[in-house]
Amino acid sequence: MGYINLFYVLAAVCFIFGLKKLGHPKTARNGNMIASVGMLIAIVATLVGFGGIDFKLIAVGMIIGAIVGATFAIKVKMTGMPQMVAIFNGFGGGASALVAAAEFYTKAGTVESSTFLLSTIVLSVLIGTLTFTGSFIAFGKLQGFISGQPIVFPGQKILNALIALVMIAFAVGVVLVPANMMWYFIGLVVVAALIGVTLVIPIGGADMPVVISLLNSYSGVAAAATGFVLLNNGLIISGALVGASGLILTNIMCKGMNRSLANVIFGAVGLEQEGASGDAAGKQMNIKSYSTEEAAMIFDAAEKVIIVPGYGLAVAQAQHAVREVAEYLEGKGKTVLYAIHPVAGRMPGHMNVLLAEANVPYEHLKDLDEINPEFETCDVALVLGANDVVNPAARHDTTSPIYGMPILDVDKSRTVIINKRTMNPGFAGIQNELFGFDNSIMVFGDAKSMLTDLLKDLKEL
Amino acid sequence: MDMINILTVFILAIFVGNEVIGKVPPTLHTPLMSGSNAISGIAIVGAIIATKIGGEIGTWLGLVAVIFATINVVGGFMVTDRMLKMFKKK
Repeated sequence: MGYINLFYVLAAVCFIFGLKKLGHPKTARNGNMIASVGMLIAIVATLVGFGGIDFKLIAVGMIIGAIVGATFAIKVKMTGMPQMVAIFNGFGGGASALVAAAEFYTKAGTVESSTFLLSTIVLSVLIGTLTFTGSFIAFGKLQGFISGQPIVFPGQKILNALIALVMIAFAVGVVLVPANMMWYFIGLVVVAALIGVTLVIPIGGADMPVVISLLNSYSGVAAAATGFVLLNNGLIISGALVGASGLILTNIMCKGMNRSLANVIFGAVGLEQEGASGDAAGKQMNIKSYSTEEAAMIFDAAEKVIIVPGYGLAVAQAQHAVREVAEYLEGKGKTVLYAIHPVAGRMPGHMNVLLAEANVPYEHLKDLDEINPEFETCDVALVLGANDVVNPAARHDTTSPIYGMPILDVDKSRTVIINKRTMNPGFAGIQNELFGFDNSIMVFGDAKSMLTDLLKDLKEL
Repeated sequence: MDMINILTVFILAIFVGNEVIGKVPPTLHTPLMSGSNAISGIAIVGAIIATKIGGEIGTWLGLVAVIFATINVVGGFMVTDRMLKMFKKK
C-alpha cells in the first residue's frame, strides 16, 4: 500500500503548483487545471489502490455529486459568488465530518480505538460540522434567507460560553468514557452544529468577507484533521494548504478593516447604535440630490474619474452598465480608474470578479494604497453602492464602530457623486457623514438604471 | 512515531501554503478561495476509504460524504475555471 502515498505526494505537488500559478492572472487558469488533475490522481489512486471498494456505490455518489456541483457552478451568477463559495465550503466540511463519523462507528470500542484516534475523530467531526452549519448560515445571510444584520440577544455570550463548556465535556466523554461514547459522540455533533450557527449569526453583512475566508480555512483544517484520523498524508497536506490559504485571506480582510479577528467574530458590528454614530447622527445633514442629467454635466466637465464599486453594484447587477459608462467616458478622452477596497462586497476579491465579468481590464482596478493618492487630482469620484469603505468617520470619529478602518479618500476629489437606492444606512448600519459634505452629490436610484440613464444623458449632451 | 511523522508533514505543509499563497494579488482573491476550496474536497479520498472500512452505517455515511465531497470538488474547480476565463479574455 506504500505506493499509494507516492501518488498522494504527486497530487499534493499538483496542488502546490496549481496554487502558485493561481497567483498571476495569466497563469491562473492553468493553475486551476493542474490542481484539478492533482485531485483526479488522488481519487484514481484511492479507487485502484485500496482493494475491495464497491465501485458501483462510489459511482452513484460521484455522479450525484458531480451533477449537483456542476449545476451550481454553471448556473450561479457572478454576483452570487459569495454564497456559492460558502455552500461549497460547507459541503467540504460536511464530507470531512462524515468520514470521521464513519471511522468512529467502525472502530470505536474495538482494539483499534486509541486515544489518539478518538481525539482526532473528535477534532475532525467538530470542525467539519461547524463548518457545515456555519457555511449554510452564511449562505442564508448572503442569499437573503436570513437577515444580513447581526443577530444578537441578551445573554448570548453566556450561552456561547455554556455551549463551549458542553462541547468540551462531550469531547472528553468521547475520548475517555468508552461506556457511553456513542451518546457523547451524538451530543458532540449536535453541539458542533450549534456552534457553527452561533458563530455566524451575530456577524453583520459587511463583515462577511472575513467569515467566508475563515470558513474556507476551516474546511481545510477539517480535511487535515480527517487526514490524521485516517493517517493519510494526502488529506493532511492538502488540508493544511487550504487552511493556510484561508487564514491568509482572513488576515488580509481583517487588516482591510483594521480590526482583530476576535473583534469581527464577537463584535457584532453593524447593529444600529442608538445615538452613537457621532457627527452624522447629531447634525442634520444637508444633502444635495441631483438627477442623472445634472450628474452627466459634471462628468462631461471632468478629466479624471474614479469609480468606487461596492456591494450595491453587485445587488443591482450593474457591472456591465458601469463598464459602458466608463468606456463612453474613456472614448471622450477622460481617464477612468476603479478603486477597489479590500473588503468591498461580500468576499475577498468580489468586485474584481464582477468587473472582470463585464470585461473591465484588470489593470484598471487599483487597490487601496495605489488609488488613494489619486483622489487629490480626481475630478469626479463615483461611489456605486459602497458606504462604509468611503466613510470619513473612520478617520476621526473614535465612537464610530469603523474607526481606524483604512478607507478610500473619495472626499478629497473635487466632486463626489454617490449613488444609493435610498438614504438608509449601509449594510453595516452606520450613517455616513460623507453624504452631507459640500462636494458631495447624491443621485438616488438603483445602480443599474441610474447608470443606464446617465449614459443616455451623457450621449445627449 | 506515526503521530510525529504526520504532524511533521502537517506543519511543513502549512509553511509551504503560507509561502505559496502569500503573494496573490487582490484581483485573484476570489478564484484563489474557490480553487483552494475545491482542493479541500480532498476529503473525497477519505470518503471513498470510509465506504470500504465501514460496516453498514459507515458505508452510508461514506456515501453521503462522497456526494458532498464531489459537489465540493466538481463545483469548486468548475466555478473557478469560469471566473478565470473572464480574467484571461484581455
